[in-house]
Amino acid sequence: MNVSDSTPAMNNLMGSEADSQRTLYPYVTGTSVVGIKYKDGILLAADMGGSYGSTLRYKTVERLKSVGKHSIIGASGEISDFQEIMRNLDDLILYDNMWDDGNSFGPKEVHNYLTRMMYNRRNKFNPLWNSLVLGGVKNGQKYLGTVSMIGVHYEDNHVATGFGNHLARPLLRDEWHENLTFEEGVKLLEKCMRVLLYRDRSAVNKLQIAKITEEGVTISQPYALKTFWGFSAFKNPTAGAEGSW
Amino acid sequence: MSSIGTGYDLSVTTFSPDGRVFQIEYAAKAVDNSGTVVAIRCKDGIVMGVEKLISSKMMLPGSNRRIHAVHRHSGMAVAGLAADGRQIVARAKSEATNYESTYGEPIPVKELAERVASYVHLCTLYWWLRPFGSGVILGGYDRDGPQLYMVEPSGVSYRYFGAAIGKGRQAAKTEIEKLKLSEMTCRQGVIEVAKIIYGVHDEAKDKAFELEMSWVCDKSNRQHQKVPDDLLEEAKAAAKAALEEMDAD
Repeated sequence: MNVSDSTPAMNNLMGSEADSQRTLYPYVTGTSVVGIKYKDGILLAADMGGSYGSTLRYKTVERLKSVGKHSIIGASGEISDFQEIMRNLDDLILYDNMWDDGNSFGPKEVHNYLTRMMYNRRNKFNPLWNSLVLGGVKNGQKYLGTVSMIGVHYEDNHVATGFGNHLARPLLRDEWHENLTFEEGVKLLEKCMRVLLYRDRSAVNKLQIAKITEEGVTISQPYALKTFWGFSAFKNPTAGAEGSW
Repeated sequence: MSSIGTGYDLSVTTFSPDGRVFQIEYAAKAVDNSGTVVAIRCKDGIVMGVEKLISSKMMLPGSNRRIHAVHRHSGMAVAGLAADGRQIVARAKSEATNYESTYGEPIPVKELAERVASYVHLCTLYWWLRPFGSGVILGGYDRDGPQLYMVEPSGVSYRYFGAAIGKGRQAAKTEIEKLKLSEMTCRQGVIEVAKIIYGVHDEAKDKAFELEMSWVCDKSNRQHQKVPDDLLEEAKAAAKAALEEMDAD
């Protein structure tokens, strides 16, 4: 988003009436989502924060949802756009179920649908302001992918959105391996979420972990991570500057 | 019973001197000539069954579905002209998704029945449209419990405990009236519906048929779905056995 786009001169070129029809900036946003493949399926982690700019306004936002029988989705970015995406996905799954023919959409199909949705909106200069993580298992095949708000999409063994890309993925590149057990996977995700909690200003200490295997989806109850602030450097912070706070 | 219209039956916008609209009655005849559709309301849900007359040995079993899901909680069984039935189902699906989109809750079955009936009736009001040549039975499960409605080509819609349309409807209705529906579970209902359909099937006039059944009940989590294969087989076997017993007498 260029600074030149928001100067009054450029605004007129786009047409101020037309502006009220497009997404210009996000308002209530969720921060990172982290996802990994493990032995039995996929694990996704996201906190429950909805920030209103720099204010941590909403603290019970569910950013992980299940999509049909075989997939789970995690979203960061504008929460209202995520709700719109979920409406579209729920309709998609409903129509798929109504065929009642033994077939159902797998994670690959849902990922492709999301990519088309995001890319087409981007082409109209009216994006859905989200970065999405889509994971699932169908017929024993595990799938984990991501789509950005401009339609960039790819799959990998571990993906993240936002700050997660910078803080979590380096950890995952070192410590992820094929056939993690469920406990190892959760521990790894918690390690990533803890780093994000320390270093991302829009993170809140209330997270959920979603698991999907061939059997089905489980989204955990919200819980908090233990943090440690007892570093000697934090004690007596004004030692070198009496009077400051 | 069959009176020739002689001039009063050329358009759906013409009444006959004795107050009948012949085009609508002719449309109903299309429904009467189709394979039997039976539906009952049990204490924990709805069961619907269709006698799908097989027109060609080349047809794949399971094709030409006559029962369609209209939303998560309701389904529609169609009798009469298949293509007309398709339109009605498509309209019902559209009404259901629109309602949920506007009001945030699944469409109450009563409301859905009213909307479908209005739509069918609409096509009997204009000379440049023809009435639908199909009748539907709509079964659904909402907050007010399981409900069964039938919509005829004239656009009337009533709520029923048990309903039947098509060739064997008279015989089917007699059978349904013998059942104690308020005490029956859907599991038992599936067997009874299969028995009725096998019973009213006329071996002499029509050859082969395929039984298609669906239900919405507590067991299916209040979702409309095809009756599970094992239960369907059980029902077919029970129905065939009951037939043989009757023949043996």
